[in-house]
Amino acid sequence: MSPATRHRRPAALLLAALLLSPAAASAIPFWMKLPDGVSTYSDRVDGLFRLILWITGIIFIVVEALLLFFLFRYRHREGRKAHYTHGSNRLEVIWTIVPAVICVVLALLSRATWADIKQHIPKDGVQIEVTAEQFAWNIRYAGPDNQIGTADDVLTLNQLHFPVGQPIVVTLHSKDVIHSFFLPEFRVKQDAVPGLSTRIWFEGTRTGHWEISCAELCGLGHYRMKGFVTVETPEEFHKWLADQAAAAAAEAAPAPTPAAATQEAKS
Amino acid sequence: MSSTTRTALGGVAAPAVAHELPPGVHPAPTSFWRKYIFSLDHKVIGKQYMFYALFMLVIGGLLATLVRYQLAWPGRPLAFMGKLAPEGMPGGQMLPEFYNSLFTMHATIMIFFAIMPILIGAFGNFVVPIQIGARDMAFPTLNMLSFWTAVPGAILIIWSFFVAGGAAQGGWTSYAPLSAVTPRGQTLWLLSLLVLGISSLLTAVNFITTIINMRAPGMTFFRLPLTVWALFITAILLLLALPVLSGAMIMLLFDRVLGTTFFLPKGLVVSGQPWPNAGGGQVLLWQHLFWFFGHPEVYIMILPAMGITSEILPVFSRKPIFGYRAMAYSIMGIAGLGFIVWGHHMFQSGMNPYLGTTFMISTMVIAVPSAIKTFNWLGTLWGGNIRFTTPMLHALSFVSMFVIGGLSGIFMAATPVDIFIHDTYFIVGHIHYVLFGGSLFGAFAGLYFWYPKMFGRLMSERWGKIHWAVTFITFNLVFFPMHFLGMRGMQRRIYDYTQYQHLKGLQPMNQFMTISLFVLGIAQIILVFNFFLSMRRGKLAGANPWRANTLEWQTSSPPPHENFVGSVPSVYRGPYEYSAPERGSDDHWPQSEPPPAMAADPHGRPRPAHA
Repeated sequence: MSPATRHRRPAALLLAALLLSPAAASAIPFWMKLPDGVSTYSDRVDGLFRLILWITGIIFIVVEALLLFFLFRYRHREGRKAHYTHGSNRLEVIWTIVPAVICVVLALLSRATWADIKQHIPKDGVQIEVTAEQFAWNIRYAGPDNQIGTADDVLTLNQLHFPVGQPIVVTLHSKDVIHSFFLPEFRVKQDAVPGLSTRIWFEGTRTGHWEISCAELCGLGHYRMKGFVTVETPEEFHKWLADQAAAAAAEAAPAPTPAAATQEAKS
Repeated sequence: MSSTTRTALGGVAAPAVAHELPPGVHPAPTSFWRKYIFSLDHKVIGKQYMFYALFMLVIGGLLATLVRYQLAWPGRPLAFMGKLAPEGMPGGQMLPEFYNSLFTMHATIMIFFAIMPILIGAFGNFVVPIQIGARDMAFPTLNMLSFWTAVPGAILIIWSFFVAGGAAQGGWTSYAPLSAVTPRGQTLWLLSLLVLGISSLLTAVNFITTIINMRAPGMTFFRLPLTVWALFITAILLLLALPVLSGAMIMLLFDRVLGTTFFLPKGLVVSGQPWPNAGGGQVLLWQHLFWFFGHPEVYIMILPAMGITSEILPVFSRKPIFGYRAMAYSIMGIAGLGFIVWGHHMFQSGMNPYLGTTFMISTMVIAVPSAIKTFNWLGTLWGGNIRFTTPMLHALSFVSMFVIGGLSGIFMAATPVDIFIHDTYFIVGHIHYVLFGGSLFGAFAGLYFWYPKMFGRLMSERWGKIHWAVTFITFNLVFFPMHFLGMRGMQRRIYDYTQYQHLKGLQPMNQFMTISLFVLGIAQIILVFNFFLSMRRGKLAGANPWRANTLEWQTSSPPPHENFVGSVPSVYRGPYEYSAPERGSDDHWPQSEPPPAMAADPHGRPRPAHA
């Protein structure tokens, strides 16, 4: 078969395929949404996401439309002669500089947000320590003294509670392999690396229940390395913390026998 | 070519040596072993790599199908798999560790055993020497050893499925310390890739030497076809990046078997037990070393496909490539910048966040040479006389899909956005638009384009177009929704996302993608049949079925053992002189055709170098 004689059908096919396949998939709005953001910086992250979506979306449409237009306009016809040219230096300069400027501007716009999220850790935040292990999150809260690593610390497994409207500073550790502390709705993600101590911060804007995901492959139980997030009012949080401390104390000291109770009362 | 003989691999036999061999050229081997198995001929080695890569492509694809089955119907048993893999899928029900092995091996096999061998091993070996007008590679024996070193690599990686504990399950990135504490399959993974790395290094040295030293008279660097440019730069990338991976893998191997602690920090406790040899190591060191190789690796897989696309667009637009030098320089730009962007894989790793900003800027800048290439491809089509042959359709798919993969990269280059989409399906979508939408469509384009040169017959255009149409549509249906899954926060490498409240609703989308993948897979059967049946039944190609200019089309299909009968061709012009006004109605102008004035002069010598 001569390739020259059968050009129309594939051209139409190509057109239809190019137009339909991404369009069909993107017509469903539910999939296009980011989860509702619930931290003070989630809007800034989403704003950048949307900005990049607009810029790349426009470039995508322009490039694919030009491609399809050229394929249609310059499809083979008997007697057509291709335009003999080796290019244009002016065009090369334009399409080098324009993308370079767009990309560098995007990088500069991103820089401040990145620094505020990852570099500027608030000094007065609520201190929480998270130690990841296969396949659980060990969470340590500072007790009344607001100091981690003292006797009044409160420990929970997979239960992350924190007060709304206050910066939370989490120090991440790992016992065994790399895990990644991912709070999708808070736009928080940070690897927990054995041998490293990594500090991150975030601040919840509303109360509610969410989940901690593990985002770094950590072994066969990676998929079920899930934790629970409860954001509550400061009063509720302190009450919960006190309850945990009391429960832990009760558990640590088994039900006192009368003799032991007397002993304890004496000392 | 009236008297055609059949060969063991099918296709048309190279013309028998009925002519006087030029000095220094060895006669074609006659024994079966030297001709087809331990051949020194770059064309045979190229075909060997092609069968190797296509075989591994099928295995990699089947593994992906199992991964997607689990994602569509988490935990639903597959009875026949209970018999095939009783340890990983007892009673047909997939275990999480088996799932981890599946995606680890899918990525490893596709990257190292399918995409690289088909682009570099198959097309590089077959095409480069002929395109530069050489009789073979610079080191034919080394070339044979390269292939026969790649074979044990593949055997080791397949064998690893059958050792206790199953194949490697730490992801293709094998992050330590997980990769230091997982079962024995990981050791085989390391050995396999170390062996394969030797093969790739030998190939890289061979390509670089061949391209620098073996070009035909008049074949200056700026008359090289862009495929050769792409493979030249790819070989340099391999030479510089691969030793770093090999070094890291040797360190990891020592951590696993000799008790060293390169990647094992103090106080490591695994499953409640202190790890016996822990102390002093740096976990992030693995990631730095891996990605110092790993990012150039992405370009190692995409540059040859870019070269193939740049080769095919001018042929079927009947037009010179737009901005030849810009194309060559942007390949070099990508290669150079490719070495200073590795940290963008580590934005959320615990690396100093100040470094994140540096790597963000270099990553944004590397988008520029890719943009230049895309615009030059559009410029090539502009004003052309475009024929929609099967190779062209695949090359156009490369351009349109690579645009998506390139643009989605901007999202993760922006560090704040990466916080959310890092390690989600958004990344999986991105990498598949680059490696399937890009590299694999490029490989298919090259397959349909050079098949007639390799086997002497054309593949069926009709079945080729059906294969292309189904592949193109279902490819998008499988991979485009991955971006949406990532936007909803679905992590990659996850055995059962329905464990999470916010991901439960994603199951219908996952099922849709999996069903699309089944259709995509079935469509590849068309390619397999077309590939093998055309060897016997395809239309005879003749020397130059596409009326192309480059040197491989100026010799018979398939070329004789010494590539060119008589002396090697002289080169008089650049590779893409299509529709030149002085040629009148003839829209091609072979690189080796002497200019009219010189043709009359029997002592004509190629003109001095200028493109």
